[in-house]
Amino acid sequence: MTLSFETLAKQFDSLTQRPSSDYDAFNVDADQLVALCEHLRDKEGFSLLVDVAGIDWNDQSPRFSVAYHLYSVIKQCYVRLVCACVGDESPEVPSIVSVWPAANWHERETYDMFGIHFKGHPDLRRILMWDDYKYHPLRKEFPLAGIEDELPAADVRERVDANVIAAPMMGGPFYAQAADHMSQREPSAADQSWAESNPKRD
Amino acid sequence: MSTENLEVGYNSRIEGDVIVSKADAVINWVRKNSVWPMPMGLACCAIELMATGAARFDMSRFGMEVMRFSPRQADCMIVAGTVTYKAAEVVRRVYEQMASPKWVVAMGACASTGGMYRSYAVMQGVDRIVPVDVYISGCPPRPEALLDGMMRLQEKISQERSLTQLTKKR
Ligand code: SF4
Repeated sequence: MTLSFETLAKQFDSLTQRPSSDYDAFNVDADQLVALCEHLRDKEGFSLLVDVAGIDWNDQSPRFSVAYHLYSVIKQCYVRLVCACVGDESPEVPSIVSVWPAANWHERETYDMFGIHFKGHPDLRRILMWDDYKYHPLRKEFPLAGIEDELPAADVRERVDANVIAAPMMGGPFYAQAADHMSQREPSAADQSWAESNPKRD
Repeated sequence: MSTENLEVGYNSRIEGDVIVSKADAVINWVRKNSVWPMPMGLACCAIELMATGAARFDMSRFGMEVMRFSPRQADCMIVAGTVTYKAAEVVRRVYEQMASPKWVVAMGACASTGGMYRSYAVMQGVDRIVPVDVYISGCPPRPEALLDGMMRLQEKISQERSLTQLTKKR
C-alpha cells in the first residue's frame, strides 16, 4: 500500500476503498474523477495511464463503470480507479484526456465497445468498428455471434451482395475442459455433434 | 558430357526461327511463370507469407518474387490473414483495382472461412466478397503449403482458355 486512503479521502469525499487482491483500488464519483486524476498525477507521481476499460454490470444500477489503471514510474506501483457512469441508458463519465493524452484512444475504444460517452473528449468516434455500426458489442445483451447487418460502404455493398452475418457458432461458445492431459483440454462446445469424431445425432 | 539429353522441345537448328504452338499455351505459359502477387497481409499469416518470399523458401523460383504493393501492378491477391468486416471494404476495392486477368488466393483458415474467429467483427471467409481461386488450409499455413497453393494456381492458370476469354469478366 503506497497510497494513504485516509489522506486522499480527506480531499475527495466520494472516495471509497475497493476490494482488490493486488494493488490499491478506489471507487470514485464521476464529478471528482478529473480532480483525483490530476492529484494522483501531480502529487503522487502516477505519470502513466496504462488502461481504460468499461464494465457492464448487466441488471445492476448504475449499470456501467469505467476502470482506470495508473502506474507510477517512480514508485513502481499501480493504482486502480473505478468510476460508476451517470445514467444507464446513455452512460456518461468525464473524459480524462486533459490529464493524460493517452486516454484518447482508450476512451474511444470504451465508447465503441460499451457506448459510454466521455464528456469533454476532443474526438469521440468509434475506433474499432466502422463509423455507422449500430451496436456496442461488449454490452451484455449483444450476442457473441453478432447481429445481421449491412456491410460498411454502400457502393461496395451493392457490388458484392454480402452482409454482416451472425457468425455460425457450431454449438459454441467453446470452453477448455478441466483435464489432466493437454490433449483433453482442447476447447470444445456443449454441442459437438457436427464434429467428425463423434457420431452424428438425429 | 553429352548434351543430347538436354534438348527439350524447341531446336532452332531443326525448326529455324519458327515456334509452333497454341496461343492459349503460350499466353498461359507467360502468365503462370510471372505471377506478381499483391500481399494483402491482414494478420499473422502475413508473417508466413514474408517467410515464403525470403531466401529460405524463395518464391522467386516460381517467378513470383515481385510482390507489388500497388494493386494496379499485381495479378494475384494473396489474402493472408483475418478479414474483418471493416477491412472487407478495402479488400474489395483493392481487388477491383487490379487489372484482369487476376486471381485470388485465400491463405489460411481466417481468409478461407473466418477461422477461429466466430465473431461479430470477422467476415466468415473472404470468398463472400472476392472470387477465390485457391484456398490454403492451416493456421498459419507453412510456407511449403503456400508454395503448394501457388503451384496449384499455376496449374489452374495453365488450363485456362485465355484467348477465348481475353476480356475475362469476373
Ligand atoms: S489463419 Fe491463423 S495464422 Fe492465419 S491469420 Fe488466421 S489466426 Fe492468424
